[in-house]
Parts: sequence; structure tokens; C-alpha cells
Amino acid sequence: MRALVLRDLRLALRAGGGFGLGLAFLLIIVTLVPFGIGPDRALLGAVAPGILWVGALLAVLLSLDRIFALDHEDGSLPLLVTSPLPGEGIALAKAAAHWLTTGLPITLAAPVLGLLLDLAAPARLWLLLALALGTPALSMIGTFGAAVTLGVRRGGLLLSLLVLPLYMPVLIYGAELARRGAAGEAVTTPLLMLAGITLATLALLPFATALVLRVNLR
Amino acid sequence: MSFFWTRGAASRWPSCRFDPVAAVVVRDLSVARGGVVLLHGLAFTVEPGAALVLRGPNGIGKTSLLRTLAGLQPPVAGRVTGAGEDAAYAGHADGVKAQLTVAENLAFWAGVHGRALDDAVFRRFDLAALRERLAGTLSAGQRRRLGLARLAVTGRPVLLLDEPTVSLDAASVAGFARWLQDAHLAQGGSAVIATHIDLGLHAPVLDLAPFRAPADAPGSAHEAFL
Repeated sequence: MRALVLRDLRLALRAGGGFGLGLAFLLIIVTLVPFGIGPDRALLGAVAPGILWVGALLAVLLSLDRIFALDHEDGSLPLLVTSPLPGEGIALAKAAAHWLTTGLPITLAAPVLGLLLDLAAPARLWLLLALALGTPALSMIGTFGAAVTLGVRRGGLLLSLLVLPLYMPVLIYGAELARRGAAGEAVTTPLLMLAGITLATLALLPFATALVLRVNLR
Repeated sequence: MSFFWTRGAASRWPSCRFDPVAAVVVRDLSVARGGVVLLHGLAFTVEPGAALVLRGPNGIGKTSLLRTLAGLQPPVAGRVTGAGEDAAYAGHADGVKAQLTVAENLAFWAGVHGRALDDAVFRRFDLAALRERLAGTLSAGQRRRLGLARLAVTGRPVLLLDEPTVSLDAASVAGFARWLQDAHLAQGGSAVIATHIDLGLHAPVLDLAPFRAPADAPGSAHEAFL
């Protein structure tokens, strides 16, 4: 599994690997939003957590179809599936590599990008926490979606339609955690729900992903 | 240009010695592709140390048979024992990452199979001079040699080879056949090979034409999700 994660990280950092694409996308969204809703700083600060969460969601979505499609094209996916790695291990390793190349950079960059939206300092910390808890679930759900749409021509749009509804609970509790934290309200419920969703996806979806991969490779 | 194993040299690469493994036994096997049964009633045994060459016209189901042996698709009927976990499959695509170097590609497969990468494999597959080259810049034949070198790296005793000599030049084909005979089969490994050219192996040939399924054979419902 370590070999697979390291290979995917190396591939992402090489030319054409797509590392930083999601980050650049998020930066552009954050830059565009003030043009769209005007330079009202109080309003911008209030919507900033939600904007950053939706932006992070879309940025993650951009890179999902690369998770399995590239390995499918060059024939390494069947070789991986017949290797000693269990299918669940492949799914987890792929999701981990995806999170390290998109979710983690987005999490770390979001508080800084929050400055552009006049996000207050305590709110930035809560946003960091919410993204750190929620983005692993985004990568895992996306890995599952990528496995389901494997081999479908131009499956990117189908993948978005499949995955975005599944992202809804993460978005709801993630944005709520950031908002409540910033407002100084009780955060226990969204915090526990968000952590629970992430843990549940990490516990269940590798098995579903492995099963779907096997069926789609037939 | 002699880059593969010479006789006797294989014993200097102890990692290629296999534990005694069971023979690959195929009984009453039916194979389908896309819901259409291609082959039926197939039965053969490949003992350790032996190879079997598959022959048959295009579309008869050589690739589907090898994929079934590899466990990539379930048989429609019948049984396969002795392959699966012990088998290394090499299909039409080499599974080579263009953005990684030759050495990185092989090191990855060694890591996935929990083995150390032996330097000898570069010499034996004539890849020593290409070690640090990005695989994307290799020629088709060089890329195929890298794909075949992966088989040695996995250390698995049963090789399932689908047209392994495509885009190899004559010297490389002869070298690969020597490697297969001296370093793989002689060490107790076995192989099932679909090929149209004579590799010069002392191996029985199985003509698949008599096993062609009738057009009305019951199909399979194993389709992809989408």
C-alpha cells in the first residue's frame, strides 16, 4: 500500500500530474466571489465559510476522474487488482494519495484564502478544523465514484452527478461547524456528525470500491 | 547482443526460485466476453516447470481465457485451480507509467509484491542503459521489455502471457524465450502463453478451435455497473 501511495504522490508531482490544479481553482473562485456579490466586508465575512466549503468541494471534484482512469488506460489497474494488495487496500491507498494531493493542500490554504473574503481569525481556525475533518470523506467518496464510473467514456460529468449529492452531508456539517465555531455557538453536534461521516466512509467505502472495481474490470 | 540469462546464470539469482506450487488445472471451463460465451468444455493441466502455448484465430477467446485464469473475470462454468494468487498476468497493455523512470516503474511493482528490486533484472532485460529514462520516452519494443521485466520482479510462479512478443525485435524475442526457459520454467515456474509466433519452447500447443462455443450457448450476465 505504501508503494502505491508513494507512486501516486510522485505521479501527481511530475509534469501533467495535476497537483495544484484544485488549489488554483479554489483561488480563482475565492477571487471571483467578491466581484459577484460586491465589496461588502460584513457580507463577505459571513458567507466566506460556505463559499470556501463549496469551492473546496468543486476543487476536489476536478481531480476525481484521474484516480482510476489513468491506471485503467495504461493497463496497470488489472495488474494491481491481481497483485497481493487487497482491493480494499488499493481503494484506501488511492483515496489517501488523492487526499494528500488535493484535500490536504486545500485545507491548509483555505484559511489563507479566507483573508481574501475578510474571514475573521477565529473563524479561519474553525474552517481549518472543519476541512481537515471533512476532506478525507470527500476523497473516499470520490474514489468510490471514480470506481463506479470506471471505463465509461467521458465519465467525468456522470461522476459529478453521482458524487455531488453524496457530498451533501459533509458540506452541511462542515460549513455548519465552521459557522458555529466562528459565532461562538455550541459545536459538539456538527463536530461529531462530521467526524462520524468521515469515519463511516473510511470504514465502509473501501469494501464497496473494491467490489465495484472487480466488477468493472471484467 | 546477449542480455537475457545465459544457461547456469539463473542460479545466481536465488529470488527466482519458486516454492513447489500446485499445477494449474482447468476443468470443463467456459469463458465469455461481453455476455457471449466464446469457449466451452476446456480442460488442461500445466505442471510446474511446463508451459502451454495457446493457438487459435483472432477472437476465439485467448485473451478472455487468460483473464479468467488470472481471476480478472469469473468463469461461466467449470473450475480453475492453481492460478489466481500465484499468477502474474501480462496483457496487451504493459502497465507502464510514462511519467516514471524505468527503475521507478520496476521498483513500484517490486514494492507492491513485497519484494526487493534486484539489479540483475535490468541486465537481463537489456534495460541497464535505460534505467533513468522516463518510460514515456521509450520505444514500443523497449516499453514491452519493461513490461516483461515486471513479470520477473513479481516473483510469481505462474505466468499468463497474452502475445508477449508484440513489438519485440528478433533478438529480444529469442532473449525472452531463453529467459522463460532457463530462468522461469527450469526453476519450477510455469506459463500459459497465447502467441502466434514460435518461441522455440519445448511446450505443447493447445489449439482452441475445437473448443469454440456454439452460437446459442447460454450467456453470462456479468456486466459492468454503468
